[in-house]
Amino acid sequence: MQQPKHTILVIDDDIDFAQQLQISLKAAGFGVRIAFGEQEAEQALREGRPDLVISDLMMEHMDGGFVLCHRIKQQDPTIPVILTTAVTSATGMRFDTISADERAWVKADAILAKPVRFEQIIREIRRLLPEA
Amino acid sequence: MTETMRVLIVDDEPGMRLATERTLRQFQVDFPDLEAKLGFDLRQAASGEEGLEVIQSFRPQLLLLDHKLPGMSGLDVLDRIVEQKIELLTVMITAYASLETAIRATKLGAFDFLAKPFTPEELRMTVRKAAHHHLLQRRADELAREKRQIRFQFLSVLAHELKAPIAAIEGYLCLLKDLPAGMEPQQFAQVIDRSLLRLEGMRKLIFDLLDLTRIESGQKKRELAEHDLVAIARLCLETVQPSAAVRRIELVFEPIGPVVMTADRGEIEIILNNLLSNAVKYNRDDGRVTLTIAREADRIWIRVTDTGIGMTPEEVGRLFGEFVRIKNEQTRMILGSGLGLSIVRRLAHLYGGEVSVDSTPGEGSTFSVWLAPADCCDAKTATEPAV
Repeated sequence: MQQPKHTILVIDDDIDFAQQLQISLKAAGFGVRIAFGEQEAEQALREGRPDLVISDLMMEHMDGGFVLCHRIKQQDPTIPVILTTAVTSATGMRFDTISADERAWVKADAILAKPVRFEQIIREIRRLLPEA
Repeated sequence: MTETMRVLIVDDEPGMRLATERTLRQFQVDFPDLEAKLGFDLRQAASGEEGLEVIQSFRPQLLLLDHKLPGMSGLDVLDRIVEQKIELLTVMITAYASLETAIRATKLGAFDFLAKPFTPEELRMTVRKAAHHHLLQRRADELAREKRQIRFQFLSVLAHELKAPIAAIEGYLCLLKDLPAGMEPQQFAQVIDRSLLRLEGMRKLIFDLLDLTRIESGQKKRELAEHDLVAIARLCLETVQPSAAVRRIELVFEPIGPVVMTADRGEIEIILNNLLSNAVKYNRDDGRVTLTIAREADRIWIRVTDTGIGMTPEEVGRLFGEFVRIKNEQTRMILGSGLGLSIVRRLAHLYGGEVSVDSTPGEGSTFSVWLAPADCCDAKTATEPAV
């Protein structure tokens, strides 16, 4: 099997969602690393630069995904970040209603509401990594 | 804390209104049983028509209503109040205590009567009675609202807890459907294992929920008989033995002799199974679970000690809530319904007992349940807070 061109870091404390994402991304030809929480994510980021990050919004800390996204962009603004969140289905809160200020702060390249269809994620990845 | 009750006086005689207002202005009622003091905020109206207008703006909680008024009568006013579904207590004031008026007013929901002429003391007594009723009603409303709120919360968390495994299993099935060629054998096994695990978790949740409903509703017939808790415990230990063996966790139980009490066998099994399976689940590999059952004075103690991950005081504080699962790096892979300890606590209460926990992070936890063997037969306590 040929070496995948791109590595994606998946950050999610929902072990099932993370594994499903891993399987479908691998099948689509990507290299995948998984971090099950903020701490593991920081560790993974120190170990090497991923080509793209897919992170859950709420993990152990309510806004863990936001903070992580902010930090990734601070270190390397060229890494695209996709945030996934079950907030909409759990609370009815929608992210298209957040203010421009907040959006500027978050800096995520895409925010997808869970349940996410895997084709949708792959479409977003191809948009953000055109050479993939 | 002093609360205020809004009172409207409707009477066409200015002297009556003034006297009533003067009697009640400085009046305060104290209900130590309800931990409440009540003062009064007073308004006046000279006719039924004016009274209805003031009711709209002032929203009185108590209406002192003269029956004999120049325009519409007191009964007409009462009619309107019923029609408009305004909630307030009405005390009818009648010059002649006519039986007919009394019956009609009662049918219209008047709370009480006051016959003219009345003394200030009689007025105060009547108002005091109405105030007490008002407070009781409000407390009952608050309780009912709280109960609805708790029930709603319970159901929404439950819905979420049931939705999560469905979403997980659905995701795996979709993968199997869409990627039959793209999946490695090892991934395939992973997909099946996780799906089965989530299904098992869901089944456990449903069973726990049934246990909880039975305890809460008091519908389950309790079969109280003399049982040796040590013998029951041996069977429960056998049940958890396989999952302990996989991780080389040693189960220690060295009873000195039988511990007999009057109990429902099923309930004791639920308590022991929950505590023992938790002690295994949250243990480390090669760890140990120690069970002791002993009679100490008038109590029977069940203690389960593990050598597991332990909890911080903050985590311990949240532990007994429904659907509470302590979420951290170490518990991520562990499945549970979040109902087990809540069930254990309710069962302990059935036996006049309690459950408590002593825990050190990284070292382990001891869960202690004590039961009172003597007055254990009062199943009524089970029926009280239904969610």
